[in-house]
Amino acid sequence: MNAVAESVFVAQPYQAVGDIIIDCKVDKIFYGDFLAVRDSTVPIEKKKITGFIGPSGCGKSTVLRSLNRMNDLIQVFRFVGSVIYHGQDVYAAKVDPVLVRRYIGMVFQQPNPFSMSIYDNVAFGLRLNRFKGDMDERVQKALERAALWKEVKDKLKNSGLSLSGGQQQRLCIARAIATEPDVLLMDEPCSALDPIATRQVEELMLELKANYTLALVTHNMQQATRVADTTAFFSVDISHGGRTGYLVEMGPTKQIFEDPREQLTKDYISGQFS
Amino acid sequence: MARLFAAADSATSVSGPPSAGDYATDSLFRGIAWFSAFLIIVLTGYILWEILREAFPAIQAHGLGFITGTTWNVNKAEFGVLPEIWGTLYSSLLALFLGGTFGIAIAIFLTQDFIDHRLATVFRTVIEMLAAIPSVVFGLWGIFVLIPLLKPGAEWLHSQFGWFPLFSTDLAGPGMAPAALVLAIMILPTVAAISVDAFRRIPYKVKEAAYGMGTTRWEAILKVMLPTASSGILAALVLGFGRALGETMALAMLIGNANQISLSLFSPANTLASLLASTFPEAGQIEVQALMYAALVLLVITFIVNVAGLAVQQYTIRKFEGKK
Ligand SMILES: Nc1ncnc2c1ncn2[C@@H]1O[C@H](COP(=O)(O)OP(=O)(O)OP(=O)(O)O)[C@@H](O)[C@H]1O
Ligand SMILES: [Mg+2]
Repeated sequence: MNAVAESVFVAQPYQAVGDIIIDCKVDKIFYGDFLAVRDSTVPIEKKKITGFIGPSGCGKSTVLRSLNRMNDLIQVFRFVGSVIYHGQDVYAAKVDPVLVRRYIGMVFQQPNPFSMSIYDNVAFGLRLNRFKGDMDERVQKALERAALWKEVKDKLKNSGLSLSGGQQQRLCIARAIATEPDVLLMDEPCSALDPIATRQVEELMLELKANYTLALVTHNMQQATRVADTTAFFSVDISHGGRTGYLVEMGPTKQIFEDPREQLTKDYISGQFS
Repeated sequence: MARLFAAADSATSVSGPPSAGDYATDSLFRGIAWFSAFLIIVLTGYILWEILREAFPAIQAHGLGFITGTTWNVNKAEFGVLPEIWGTLYSSLLALFLGGTFGIAIAIFLTQDFIDHRLATVFRTVIEMLAAIPSVVFGLWGIFVLIPLLKPGAEWLHSQFGWFPLFSTDLAGPGMAPAALVLAIMILPTVAAISVDAFRRIPYKVKEAAYGMGTTRWEAILKVMLPTASSGILAALVLGFGRALGETMALAMLIGNANQISLSLFSPANTLASLLASTFPEAGQIEVQALMYAALVLLVITFIVNVAGLAVQQYTIRKFEGKK
């Protein structure tokens, strides 16, 4: 390490208590020449919910989407570091990103249903994975869990795009959970939802946690305290002219919100920053 | 009259009503738009009326027998266009199949990250330049390049698979195969350019959603991108088919102008448009009336194709996009 590297702040590593399912060590993430995120170690614990919080533009989505190689779609994206999932680096040359995304599902910040029927939207992943069982039952279960079933049960043949924005987002959640992926990444899944639907989705997350692992980006502090077991706080460094995001602190949610180690975290949580 | 919402004005507010000039431009623009739309309808109606008027004696004389008849004999005043209707539809469908398949394939190639997007723009420009080539040039190219090129293959196919209806005759010169191939090349730019636009209109988040579900590239294209772009692609196909139905010059040069109905790709045939083009110059009054009738038939076919295409497009929009 050179002298400059020593002078920049690097978060103290979080000592996970349980099994780590995804061990994400970001060294640097670039978009072209732009250094978006640096030096962030974010271990995702198995069968827990890991929350990502921090100001807009600090790289929460960037880190989250690096976990299942979603960012590979962006040509200028470059990841330096490692993401060890079940003992295998997902960025290793021999790993097909398609395979990674089959096991690590994703719900996006903006609702993005396919232009096909509601039913086909939810069945999409099941068909893709050549599911042989009772399709109707699976689709219904996914829609029920996403708190959408009651509203759409009589119009499953209608296009997914005919729904309202909040309904579309719940449809996308249903689509993502229908295959019950090992890990589910959720990028501000509730930003388009009303408080009732938000609570239902939160309950879903807690229910899924029994068998699956979740990582959640949220701007809603209450949401983080309600559902996240572990919270990672990111911030953005504008002191050197760039806008580079980095991990400030990661720990059990209770500790982060009640007894943060870093001043930055304290300020952000008490609303003196943003 | 008191100004509406006058109470909304405050010392610092810059909000205010649109000026009289704003309203005037608005009405002017609306007027021009209405006038143009109206003009198109009037013009179409007028052309239809003129053709109907000219064709009327022929309609009276031949009735529906004109559509089912298979001979075109001026001396006996016997006129029938069934072979031309067949030739028109057959050549256009072949062209639609070839041009459509390749057009959509090219659109996928250009929009789905197979090549760098600057290179894609170059490709696209080249393809659109195809559309600027005059159809007589395509005709000449067909006669001097394509037909000689096709001959050996056609001969072989006929000698080996002559029992198969599509290869039941030999390619003597002009015929269905060179005509349909050139037609396919001519509609390719239309289909490709409009399909490219349809694919480009798909929001990035849809692509993200597809790959996020763990699709391979082909799964994403076939299961998500194609259905999403389907209404635009259908529009491209309808437009291409319409162009193929009406194409005249290149076909008049390449199809052989033979009054016969055959499934064979290598036998000469005729189309309505090329019948019109090649017969008009030397036609007498009776024959001109019959040709006007033929033009009417072509117009009706084009109309039906367009309406049917529109109906299918509306259906896909409803089904996939959920719009009313
Ligand atoms: N596709 C991209 N190309 C170039 N730069 C990008 C791209 N996506 C994100 N960035 C940049 O990376 C940085 C981090 O963005 P990111 O979307 O990860 O932030 P975020 O923390 O999720 O913000 P928000 O809370 O607003 O969603 C930003 O400065 C952004 O401008
Ligand atoms: Mg984000």
